Amino acid sequence: MTLDRRNFLKMLGAGAGASALQGCAGTAPMVSAGGGEIMPKSGRRVVVVGGGYGGTIAAKYIRMLDASIEVVLIERNRQFISCPFSNLVVGGIRNMSDLTIGYDKLASNHGIKMLYGDVTAIDAGAKTVAMAAGTLKYDRLVLSPGIDFRFEELAGYDPVTTPEIMPHAWKAGPQTELLRKQLLDMKDGGTVVITLPLAPYRCPPGPYERANMIALYLKQHKPKSKIIILDANPDITSKAGLFRKGWAKHYAGMISYKGANKVTAVDAKNRSVLIEGVEEVKADVLNVIPPQRAGDIAVKAGLVGADKKWCPVNATTFESTLAKDIHVIGDACVAGAMPKSGYSANSEAKICATNVVALMNGRETIEISGINTCYSFITDKEAVSVAGVYKVANGAIVGVPNSGGVSPDLSELEAIYAESWLRNILTEMST
Amino acid sequence: MKIRKDGWVVAAGLLALSAASLAAPPTAAMLSNACAGCHGTHGVSAGPSMPSLAGQSKISIVESMKGFKSGERPSTIMGRLAKGYSDAEIDAMGEFFSKQKPVTPVQTLDRAKIAKGQAVHEKSCARCHVEDGKEPKDNSPIVASQWLKYLQIQMDDYASGKRKMFDNKAEKMKPLSRDDLDAAAHFYSSVK
Repeated sequence: MTLDRRNFLKMLGAGAGASALQGCAGTAPMVSAGGGEIMPKSGRRVVVVGGGYGGTIAAKYIRMLDASIEVVLIERNRQFISCPFSNLVVGGIRNMSDLTIGYDKLASNHGIKMLYGDVTAIDAGAKTVAMAAGTLKYDRLVLSPGIDFRFEELAGYDPVTTPEIMPHAWKAGPQTELLRKQLLDMKDGGTVVITLPLAPYRCPPGPYERANMIALYLKQHKPKSKIIILDANPDITSKAGLFRKGWAKHYAGMISYKGANKVTAVDAKNRSVLIEGVEEVKADVLNVIPPQRAGDIAVKAGLVGADKKWCPVNATTFESTLAKDIHVIGDACVAGAMPKSGYSANSEAKICATNVVALMNGRETIEISGINTCYSFITDKEAVSVAGVYKVANGAIVGVPNSGGVSPDLSELEAIYAESWLRNILTEMST
Repeated sequence: MKIRKDGWVVAAGLLALSAASLAAPPTAAMLSNACAGCHGTHGVSAGPSMPSLAGQSKISIVESMKGFKSGERPSTIMGRLAKGYSDAEIDAMGEFFSKQKPVTPVQTLDRAKIAKGQAVHEKSCARCHVEDGKEPKDNSPIVASQWLKYLQIQMDDYASGKRKMFDNKAEKMKPLSRDDLDAAAHFYSSVK
């Protein structure tokens, strides 16, 4: 680790350029849609945007609760790849196919109409969404757009080229495979650096589980190697005691953790990051997880709050507090005490679906009851979990007092349950 | 829309208050759907270590949840979750899952163990697990058509003493070997 004044200044310069570009893209006028109406609307319709942990479940449960409501699910990709368990692919103990689902069965089982493509704009007044092929009317819109990145906060970060050199792997898919490949290509005795941003970000324990899975691989194949976690947060943000215990038990001398080490700049060419604009850290493999915000479409549609990052919502219906008839679920929304996890998105989707159906039928809405369960692997055989039950109190989502919490210890049984967690939640989403 | 800052705060406060007071308390479906991420849609599990809850007897679901809540029944995550529900809510969830249609899981079972397990069942278990485990009796759960892995984990918990048994069950179960218990699990999983 060396402080290099020239590189530091160079990074600052490059960073300013990147921020300016990003700023332009954010405020650029929306491209008007191509054709006319894609699917003329006859009856009542809900459009769901985003076919991940939240959107698939919202679409399915709306149809299960009221089959007279037409549901159109718009998704960018033909297949969905789960972020949960993708760290195990990085570590080489699962395949991408274990995490991949399609939409055909979900659509045919529940009469959901799939549209593949990008939503380019939302008109909350006219109640339409725009795609390249034309526009689509809705009575209510459910957005489950996941996250996009605040690349502009990392000086020197090029949104297109930097992830090809320093994969974030924080959206499962080619980025996951790239990080895996870099580990396979690395020499024994190499250094892996994982950097994570200030909370809130998607999947609080994810970066630490990733360190475990990388260490599991390195311990077997490249035991002279080291992993450094540079955490912008003052301390481990989730399951801290359990991760520390796992590192001491299995990866002593391999994983070193540094809290309050916020990365402010990157230098892809030099394979280094800069901490607080001062200390340069070089590595053979750099897994830079940038700061995050709600998915692009939510930002474009003006659904993010004063923080310009996340979407404030009503704690009962998940309807945006900024736009009528638009609901936001999953990582993109502010769901009080519910963390940004796949299981939370699943639970929020059901709550939202229940109340969307209630509102569309002029019925009383129903108070929420939500759950989060989240497993993290320590090794291939041991895992730990955090669980929570949630309700509404004074208009905010809170944990039910005296419930929830983390595992008492590392557990082989929890690794077995984690596997069934994945099978069940992916089956729920895909059938 | 131009609202003075202090006016907006009041308006938002009223909105939050009215939204909270208008909503009905969580229904059985609202409570139970949250479980489906792990236990499958409507309690039909697709994961071998997670039990299907669909069609299970209400009394055994309620007793399990109360056991998890008090810590009497051992668990990893369920104790932490069960503490989040009142007895009335647990009752509603038991009712909800008991009314769902059960689905027999597709799984690989050992033919020889099934045959041995049937003998174990008839000798030691059939008094409470009636109709080859297809019907509940008192607080004995339906064990037929359950996931093998789940039943094996329960057998382990009983054999190790982690999960307590009431006297009648202990009297029948304690003399059985680990192999007997495993065979019984294969048998019940095979019953459709």
